[in-house]
Amino acid sequence: MLVSMKQLALQALDFALRPGVSYADVRVIESRERELSTKNGRPGQVSSAESQGLGIRVLAEGCWGFAATDELTKAGVESAAKLAIEIARSSALAKKRDVALAPEEKHEAVWVSPCRIDPFSVSVEEQLGLLLAVDAELRRNPGITLAQTSMGFHRDRQVFVSSLGSVIDQTRTTSGAGFEALSFHEDEIQKRSYPNSFGGQHQLKGYELIQELALLEHAPRVAEQAVALHSADQCPEGRFDLILDGSQLGLQVHESIGHPIELDRVLGSEANYAGMSFLTLDKLNTLRYGSELVNAVCDARLEHGPGLGTFAFDDEGVSAQRADIIRAGQFVGYMTSRETAAAIGQTRSNGTMRATGWARLPLIRMTNVSLLPGEQTIEEVFGGVSKAIYMETNRSWSIDDKRYNFQFGCEIAWEIRDGQRVRMLKNPTYSGITTEFWNACSAVANRDHWVLWGVPNCGKGQPEQVIGTGHGASPARFHDIAIGAAYGG
Amino acid sequence: MADESSAAPMLSLERCRELFGIAQQAAQSFGVSDVEALVAAHRDALTRFANNTIHQNVAEQAQWLSIRVLLDHRTARATTNRFDAGSIRNAVEQAIALAKSVAPDSDVLPLTEPSAIPRLERFNQATAEATPGDRARAVTEAIRLVEGAGQTAAGIYSTGQTMEAILNSRGVAAWHQETLAQFSITSMADDSSGWAKASAVARQDFDPVALARSASEKARLSRSPREVPPGRYTVVLEPAAVLDLVGQMFGDFSATALNDKRSFLTDRLGAKLFGENIHISDDVAHPLQAGVPFDGEGVRRRKLTLVEAGVPREVAYARASAQRAGVQPTGHGFPLPNEIGEAPLNIVIAGGDTSVEQMIASIDRGILVTRLWYIREVDPYEKIMTGMTRDGTFLIESGRVVAGLRNFRFNQSIIELLNNVDALSPSRRASGEETFDMVVPAMKVRDFHFTEVTRF
Repeated sequence: MLVSMKQLALQALDFALRPGVSYADVRVIESRERELSTKNGRPGQVSSAESQGLGIRVLAEGCWGFAATDELTKAGVESAAKLAIEIARSSALAKKRDVALAPEEKHEAVWVSPCRIDPFSVSVEEQLGLLLAVDAELRRNPGITLAQTSMGFHRDRQVFVSSLGSVIDQTRTTSGAGFEALSFHEDEIQKRSYPNSFGGQHQLKGYELIQELALLEHAPRVAEQAVALHSADQCPEGRFDLILDGSQLGLQVHESIGHPIELDRVLGSEANYAGMSFLTLDKLNTLRYGSELVNAVCDARLEHGPGLGTFAFDDEGVSAQRADIIRAGQFVGYMTSRETAAAIGQTRSNGTMRATGWARLPLIRMTNVSLLPGEQTIEEVFGGVSKAIYMETNRSWSIDDKRYNFQFGCEIAWEIRDGQRVRMLKNPTYSGITTEFWNACSAVANRDHWVLWGVPNCGKGQPEQVIGTGHGASPARFHDIAIGAAYGG
Repeated sequence: MADESSAAPMLSLERCRELFGIAQQAAQSFGVSDVEALVAAHRDALTRFANNTIHQNVAEQAQWLSIRVLLDHRTARATTNRFDAGSIRNAVEQAIALAKSVAPDSDVLPLTEPSAIPRLERFNQATAEATPGDRARAVTEAIRLVEGAGQTAAGIYSTGQTMEAILNSRGVAAWHQETLAQFSITSMADDSSGWAKASAVARQDFDPVALARSASEKARLSRSPREVPPGRYTVVLEPAAVLDLVGQMFGDFSATALNDKRSFLTDRLGAKLFGENIHISDDVAHPLQAGVPFDGEGVRRRKLTLVEAGVPREVAYARASAQRAGVQPTGHGFPLPNEIGEAPLNIVIAGGDTSVEQMIASIDRGILVTRLWYIREVDPYEKIMTGMTRDGTFLIESGRVVAGLRNFRFNQSIIELLNNVDALSPSRRASGEETFDMVVPAMKVRDFHFTEVTRF
């Protein structure tokens, strides 16, 4: 970039602040990524990508307009600013009322996320070598018909400027890795993954995350379980006590707490695509969301952990915060933006506006929406009932467009008797209604077992934006849950 | 005010050749002669509305140059959106460094040789030149209709253009551009909703007000929804519901997926799997289809007979999977290197001659489904999918739609579904939210498996 990112952002802001424009902000982003994968001993993806661009958001005639470009010349930036203003003015054709924003302070900051080992400084040979070693280890088990591994690194530097006078320079580095072993036998495909399915674990860390995951160490067990599932009993259909591992519970939090608390959804912004929410405004501070053991927060601060939703400022220049969502089972908070906070009479956004890259508009997105750890030991979670079914690692997930009815499938389950695993079960699924499920929560394991999981593929918005979110969870138990309906009937 | 930037030409083939020339020269300076470039650009705008007002209104333009190099059966890719000579050289250098990190792989083939690839004309000037005002006026009319019915509208109107090109040092130089317009609307009443969507190369090919009317009427008809117990029902799946559900299986019509034993067609290709009335092809040149006539390796897309009279016949082959099988590639490969291989992307399911109205009239007790949502795979080999109905689910009794229904969760095997199709409507281009646009019929299906009911 011939001019600095800050100069470019300020230039774009200057072009955007034309008569009739009451607010504007600009995000200039430089991105870098590396993607590596293997399949059955061969390299799969071996790629890198870099991009630069900017997005300009304006409020003119009481309406929003947004334009993004990667033509980072003076003419390109000016053209994008003019287009953003033209778009905002066209929106006024269907205006009902002027957009109002909750107040926010001016911020000037430079922030770089912690990254002990720069993943881009580690050689591709070393990274691919690790993946190929895991791949080979999985295939040492003759029952494995497909071994796949992957590793990815992303770094975004973003300069945000706004007409409030904010100038925020943030750099975030995320890393992720995982593997899966598939076994085809007779008329069945079974799969086990580590440390999570659909790409593994992802956090706001450098290459140290990959080292912490100890991928190679877990490969033999994962392969063995994938093959053993063929001879396991089918998970029974009926109502049982259910214990979920932390990674599956993280996704349960994502779908049945994280999405319903997005205030833009509640107010109808997503009605045509992602849907709305059962958490209508009358439910704030009145709905018993879960049992007294259920405490959930939305927390973007580094103090919460190195999650995919950790940052210093959101993408409309609001500082990272922790907001209580569920306190001892009571529903007490939404995720908000400056616009939606003002719409429901709150005095400040809790800072959850995020965009995928420079080309897209910030939306309310989950930061780190986490179930706080409980008081129970892991032995108490498993041993507190005489019989339960324990499920591990997500295989499928689905929930209705108001976030009431959900169904999840897991890769593996065990029948638990008096705290002990007595038999392996295959094809486990469970389903329910969100509030009934969380009210059935009967034990949550303590902080010793709490992990901040990363979901790298959360989709929302039109045009769709895929973004990473964080979800802390420890294993938990739920009473009298519908299990096995997906394979029943 | 005209949006001048939307009318400007995107990257021409000549410009792509210039960019490729810079990349090729850079590669040669590093001693590398086998180079491939994918060039892409898009300019899209989307006007989004909710609560009967435009609330998000965006435009974006972007371009990419993605370089792949080949070094003795080793390959890697580097991508940039900066088109100055220095940035292109950096991308080439990155790709070479990555490729040198990889062990040689016999599956990595020499670059594609040039072949004749016919142009497909899919560019509509009026769609490329649509202005924010054009979209806002259409949206305003649609909102007015819904508001007039005492309902609330939410949706999108998007217009845009894309170009893609692939060039390589063996002489491949294939280029394609197209436009796409989409209009989608959800109309909400107090306790019900309806939905309609259309997409086309030319925005004149659909009528936003007619779509608004259809969505509003569905919302009106489904007021005060009843609850009926889950179970097996005869259903009428409208085209969007068919494509979003049946569309989940086409990634398995891939030679690489078969070789990996992750396809539900493993040990089933060539055997009768579906009903005899099921015929499915992949045809990029179909007049109702969109898309690029060549694949990510620069091979011309060939028409495939995926299913003939219920028998899965052909699958897609990229060059590597074709070489393994000793057949010709079909032109469905993804950009290399990748682990997925290939997939058909231009699905055409042959229709029948039964209208949706005739299907409804033939049902004593059943359910009409407008749209499905959040569809995920429960079982990969039986191809059991779960998901929800949404925005217009109706009870059919004695040949008539008699009431709206609370929405269901389904757990349904696609294999079983395609054995239970009793009638098909004529096919049309349809658009959903769970997979890509296809040419599909509505279907009357017996014993569709609903497993739960939600609260609305």
